[in-house]
Amino acid sequence: MEEQYLLSMEGISKEYYGNKVLKNVNLRVKPGEIHALVGENGAGKSTLMNILFGMPVIFSTGGYEGEIKLNGEVIQINSPHNAMQQGIGMVHQEFMLIPEFSVTENIKLGREIGEKTIFSKFFGPLLEKMNWDQMSRDSRKALNSIGMMNIEEYTKVAGMPIGYKQFVEIAREIDKSGIRLLVFDEPTAVLTESEASRLLEIMRMISEKGVAIIFITHRLTEVMAVADSMTILRDGEFVARKEVKDSSLTNIAELMIGRKVEKLVEDDILAHRELSDDNLALEFINYHVDMPGEKVRGLDVKIREGEIFGFGGLAGQGKIGILNGIMGLYETAGEVLVFGKALDLTRLGEALRNGIAFVSEDRRGVGLLLGESIERNIIFSAMQINDEFLTRIGPLKILNKAKADEHTRNMIKLLDIRCTGPSQTVGSLSGGNQQKVCLARAITMVPRILIVSEPTRGIDIGAKKLVLEYLTKINRELGTTIVMISSELVELRSLCDRIAIVSEGKVFSVMKPDDPDAAFGLAMAGVREEAAA
Amino acid sequence: MKTLKTFYDNIGLPRLIIGVFFILLVISSILLGFSPAALVSDVLRRWLMYGTLVLAMVPGIQSGIGLNFGVSLGISSGLLGAVLAMEISFISGWDASMGAGAPWMTLLLALALGVVFAAALGTIYGMLLNRVKGSEMTVSTYVGFSVIAFMNIVWLSLAFKNGELRWPLQGQGLRNTASLAGSFGGLLSNPDVVQATQPKWLQWLAFRVGDLTVPIGLILVFGLLCFLVWLFFRTKMGIAMSGAGENQLFTTSSGINVDRKRIQGTAISTMLGAVGIILYAQTYGFLQLYNAPLMMGFASVASILIGGATVHRANISNVLIGTLLFQGILVTALPVVNKVVEIGALPEVLRIIISNGIILYALSKTKGGNQ
Repeated sequence: MEEQYLLSMEGISKEYYGNKVLKNVNLRVKPGEIHALVGENGAGKSTLMNILFGMPVIFSTGGYEGEIKLNGEVIQINSPHNAMQQGIGMVHQEFMLIPEFSVTENIKLGREIGEKTIFSKFFGPLLEKMNWDQMSRDSRKALNSIGMMNIEEYTKVAGMPIGYKQFVEIAREIDKSGIRLLVFDEPTAVLTESEASRLLEIMRMISEKGVAIIFITHRLTEVMAVADSMTILRDGEFVARKEVKDSSLTNIAELMIGRKVEKLVEDDILAHRELSDDNLALEFINYHVDMPGEKVRGLDVKIREGEIFGFGGLAGQGKIGILNGIMGLYETAGEVLVFGKALDLTRLGEALRNGIAFVSEDRRGVGLLLGESIERNIIFSAMQINDEFLTRIGPLKILNKAKADEHTRNMIKLLDIRCTGPSQTVGSLSGGNQQKVCLARAITMVPRILIVSEPTRGIDIGAKKLVLEYLTKINRELGTTIVMISSELVELRSLCDRIAIVSEGKVFSVMKPDDPDAAFGLAMAGVREEAAA
Repeated sequence: MKTLKTFYDNIGLPRLIIGVFFILLVISSILLGFSPAALVSDVLRRWLMYGTLVLAMVPGIQSGIGLNFGVSLGISSGLLGAVLAMEISFISGWDASMGAGAPWMTLLLALALGVVFAAALGTIYGMLLNRVKGSEMTVSTYVGFSVIAFMNIVWLSLAFKNGELRWPLQGQGLRNTASLAGSFGGLLSNPDVVQATQPKWLQWLAFRVGDLTVPIGLILVFGLLCFLVWLFFRTKMGIAMSGAGENQLFTTSSGINVDRKRIQGTAISTMLGAVGIILYAQTYGFLQLYNAPLMMGFASVASILIGGATVHRANISNVLIGTLLFQGILVTALPVVNKVVEIGALPEVLRIIISNGIILYALSKTKGGNQ
């Protein structure tokens, strides 16, 4: 039976520093088929591909378990070059092309065809003359074979439309002799709709020539359109291998998301709050944020006072941009109303002065002064915005060390920050404790609205639980409105009252935490339920 | 063992090596028969003389512009303030009308004018540095050099009347090195000057105990400046400024205009540079115009780096330790090397190797971004 598969990866497990990212995963691909690899962010897709390509990062972190078979033979792949020799190629998401080189030069890079010259006889192949005719002919052939008649092989890559670059990249892989398996890593993410459909066509053409394709994507509609079979991963575990013709969108979405959702809050406590549509804490009207990679394009949403509101969605869809706009790090357009009052986001610190505090998703880059003490980090915003922790001496406002110290000690106790004392530098704390410092800085502002972005990214389970419980606690006890932006759907569903799924910079739908898994899966993939049915 | 390790971690390898080298130099110079008291006096004098110029590095580093090689801008402002004050004092005949108060008035006027010029130039310079984010140090080096060249023209064309400042023979333009003996030279640090010109109740400003010279006046002024800078970085404005230097995104998201903080930091650094050169000239006894201040920025940078500062963080103790080690080595190495190897230019060569070597070493240790 085994022989019918071109590639089979059996029982693959991988650990990063004690954190299991792949648990006994199988991946089998038949010759000439398009096999989709689907899963949420962090499901283990990239790690699996890194293993297939023998990336150095795998070996420097202790290798992997399991075996890889190509045409039924067990093989060892220990470098990307090795993978190439085995006939495995990859089309990267970020283009690995040299802009100032021509299409031909890029396609043939590292595999140039030389002609012997008098110098090369003495000094070796490095001094061979390039056979440009042959190289151009090969490139032309590769481009033709993917139907790209209109790309000239002699033009420079710089200035080409993004879609074309992608096609050049594909042509490069096709040109490699003996290619048997081609991996496409989210190739449509950066393409326009027409380019994407063109790409899918090309994938079909390639597979018809007998080259197997592994297609990594979030877009389930594309999977349905082009793939023959698929493997679904979830949290590093193998969920299922299915033929596309036997499955439906809803079905796949369910398998991708399906997880136990633990309620962090009992419903009866919920009853004490009065949430009303007349009493809004935060309202976005046609809100745009120009953040590269996470653009928000016309977001409209109303968040009620006292609510825990979640923003979910896939990476790159714009949920991260929402907070960065409010923080004043990127340019915004549209309106943001806070308790009915419009914010002027061109003024720095506007959100902070209007009772909004936040915890950035980029802890080390935006959230902390890594070289400063815990105390300095915690009091910084409250001091600058609210003039707290200061003593006035004439015209001078000088740090009130005693007050700051006392407050910091309280925070350390309250949030269980593991440290040697208020003066320890934040850079030397663990991720979880750094996150608690970020949270402490935000609540020192005593905000009416607290926006937290990816509050549990990269922190251990204990700290995760504490952070989430604390957010719930201040929501219930102080009535703070909490807006939580997270890639972890489970997390959002465990404590939010409502969850907005953000897709292409807009709110795709606002859902309840107990809506079915399939509904969430479809919303994340940007598919309307009616369309799926 | 553990305390030894913490001690080592705290001071770091470069300071350990340089510190040991310094101590060896001190021991050998005493063995060679130099007077310890004279040695201490010398080191102390040089320490205080350069201290303020090194202190000027702190606001620059803390506000995020890095090592301010362009401190020559502040130095030029200070020099301009000093020559103007001396000219005004000469024309108004303060010596005759005020007696012992004249040098004080000249000193204060020099400081005031210097600081005002420095504030204005520093602000413009700060705006320039905001436009070249990422390569501030390269740009500031050239700004430093350019301003010296520009000031050369200014010195040449000033038509002053004060004979101490003018070229001795004729014409317009100021001389290379102007003596401050008749003015504020040594007022805070030289026992002879204090004794000769100041009333009895001011004799504590500088005095001798045996071979040891104690410049109390200069110690007080330098101490006060250090205290002010320290205090400034505990004010709301100062804390915002060091936030801006540490992490621009963090500070912006806390509602602070990072660019404005950088301009303020640059201006304060330039102002301290102006004060620094006046105190330097006061201690030295001469005003050095033209190309003399060309490399002073480098000496200041080297000092604060030896003291353990990085391109991103610096504090007062870095200034104190760094200046002590850097100037201490130069002061002690000179006579020791002179005695051991009798080659004329060697001490000067050694000084250049040490100061440039340290800058090179420290720059190679800097980390980019938010490490």
